[in-house]
Amino acid sequence: MSADDQSAPREPSVDDHSVVVFDRGAAIEQSDAFENPGLPPHRPRQTDLHPHKERRAERQVVGWFLASMLGSVLAIVAYIAVPIEHGNMTSVRLNNLFLGLAIALALLGIGIGGMHWARQLMSSHEVVEERHLSRGSVPSRERAVEIFRLGDEESGFTRRSLIRNTLIGAVALVPLPAVVLFRDLAPAQDAVQAISHTMWEPGMRLALDPSGAPIKAADVTIGSAFHVIPEELAEIGHGEGYLDQKALAAVLLVRVPTERLKEAPGREGWSYDGIVAYSKICTHVGCPVALYEQQTHHLLCPCHQSTFDVTEHAKVIFGPAKRPLPQLPITVDDEGYLIAQRDFTEPIGPSYFERLHNVDPEHIPASGAETETRA
Amino acid sequence: MNTLATRKKTGRRHPLASAALLLIGLVAAGGASAAVGTVANASPATDAVHAQALTEQDGAELYRANCASCHGMNAEGTENGPSLIGVGAASVDFQVMTGRMPMAFQGPQALERAPQLSQEQSDAIGAWVASLAPGPDVPEEQWLDTSQVTEEELATGAELFRINCAMCHNVAGAGGALTEGKFAPALNDIDAAHIYEAMLTGPQNMPVFNDNNIAPEQKRAIIAYLHYLDENPSPGGFNLGSLGPVSEGLFMWIFGLGGIVAITVWLTSRPN
Repeated sequence: MSADDQSAPREPSVDDHSVVVFDRGAAIEQSDAFENPGLPPHRPRQTDLHPHKERRAERQVVGWFLASMLGSVLAIVAYIAVPIEHGNMTSVRLNNLFLGLAIALALLGIGIGGMHWARQLMSSHEVVEERHLSRGSVPSRERAVEIFRLGDEESGFTRRSLIRNTLIGAVALVPLPAVVLFRDLAPAQDAVQAISHTMWEPGMRLALDPSGAPIKAADVTIGSAFHVIPEELAEIGHGEGYLDQKALAAVLLVRVPTERLKEAPGREGWSYDGIVAYSKICTHVGCPVALYEQQTHHLLCPCHQSTFDVTEHAKVIFGPAKRPLPQLPITVDDEGYLIAQRDFTEPIGPSYFERLHNVDPEHIPASGAETETRA
Repeated sequence: MNTLATRKKTGRRHPLASAALLLIGLVAAGGASAAVGTVANASPATDAVHAQALTEQDGAELYRANCASCHGMNAEGTENGPSLIGVGAASVDFQVMTGRMPMAFQGPQALERAPQLSQEQSDAIGAWVASLAPGPDVPEEQWLDTSQVTEEELATGAELFRINCAMCHNVAGAGGALTEGKFAPALNDIDAAHIYEAMLTGPQNMPVFNDNNIAPEQKRAIIAYLHYLDENPSPGGFNLGSLGPVSEGLFMWIFGLGGIVAITVWLTSRPN
């Protein structure tokens, strides 16, 4: 380095602002070409050195191929000897087990035997295969251009412009049916509309899932958890959208000691004597939130551990959910049965941008949640 | 490579030597852990002296000896334990006869262990606690006998279990985690009376399922379903704890992908 510094000293400049001075002191041309390390020396295998090992390897390969033959035969034997009996799950298990093991032996025997053969007995000498040049030779490149030119000339692709342009148009239109067909896979209904309304109507009784038996307020003791559906849902058949409606209207009903219940302003009339009802569909991605801890009054979602506090309008206290669970306003009828005051005032289920524009005008935000007011 | 003179034929370590060493180490560590765990869980012998019929008064004395330090001298509750007034004999039978009470130590939740008191002693405490205030009584025998349950009721029991229980206890009754160290225990091989009492009383953080929510015959159907699970092996063979994608995914990541990696290494290695 010092020698280079002397050979190319920094030149003092008269005017440092106008002349750029390059320090060439460290400008040593370094070859960064990769040096070919070559192949490691050839190392003979044990089977190359010892004839008895070679014979042993040969026997092993033969053994694997024989095992494969045995596996094929065993698969047939297993299929006949261990048949699947109708209604007997154990026979299905045994049939699958023996059939699978035998077929695995048949296939793996060929594969492992072949690999063992190649590794131990076939030639082990290293071979170098040079890469060929990717650029073609000059005559072949000229020939290619000639072929294209000739093709154009003979087909008249350039000359017969009408044919050419209609062909381009036809090719351009081919993907259009796919666009229309795939577009139709999108939901027919606006997704926000689909989750904005559930079966709950003013006066509809809260009923037990799945029997549809109505629930009296007196039945809901402190510490209980009731899995609730609208009373009329129990009369809907599976072919008539039972599961679709249940996925919208499912509710969890619990009773909290009244002194522990903190209700949001405007929602005071939504509970009955400490009994509160919340949508069971998580506001994160829509899993059923039903893990209720009766001492802490926390509701836990099993999918991503979002935790809601039932005593405080189901506000989120942990996890990825961003909004409280929608609350179903409830009261009791003349006979003491719990009934809904009205439908949910906000779309149930997961949060996403569009749903913010579809909140009921009578909706009362649980805790001035920013996610709601942002709409 | 040539350290072992005894293996002079090849001068090489056996290819399975490191795998064997790892296996020996794991078995030793696992065995030691299991041995320590067994000692820690060993239960004191139950007292057989009081095996005769015990009165409510004996129950009160047993209560004061075993329970009062946390639940208060008159079951009024302290800051260490809730009041037991009105919890009923069913609650006492469940908590004492599954070994959860008397509690070994304060924690997120009481753990199941060998019962520390005899059935007679537990019944005596239950009778005394029930005398304080009305509460759920131990279930009648007719709701615990599942021998007459039809297949139809069994299917109803399975449906009720899926709706009311499976979100915490797992659809196969394998249990699951809750918050802050609490968990829903696995439900394999549980006594019918204890299943019934748990639904009726809602021990710890489990909700109560009273008879208006799940009727006694429905509770019996749920018990029948849980016992059906105990008696019927998984059709798929090895069920990996019935924990679903967690244990199955872990198995495939370790043994499935591990096997593929091992085969790939073997395929591309130079033979000796």
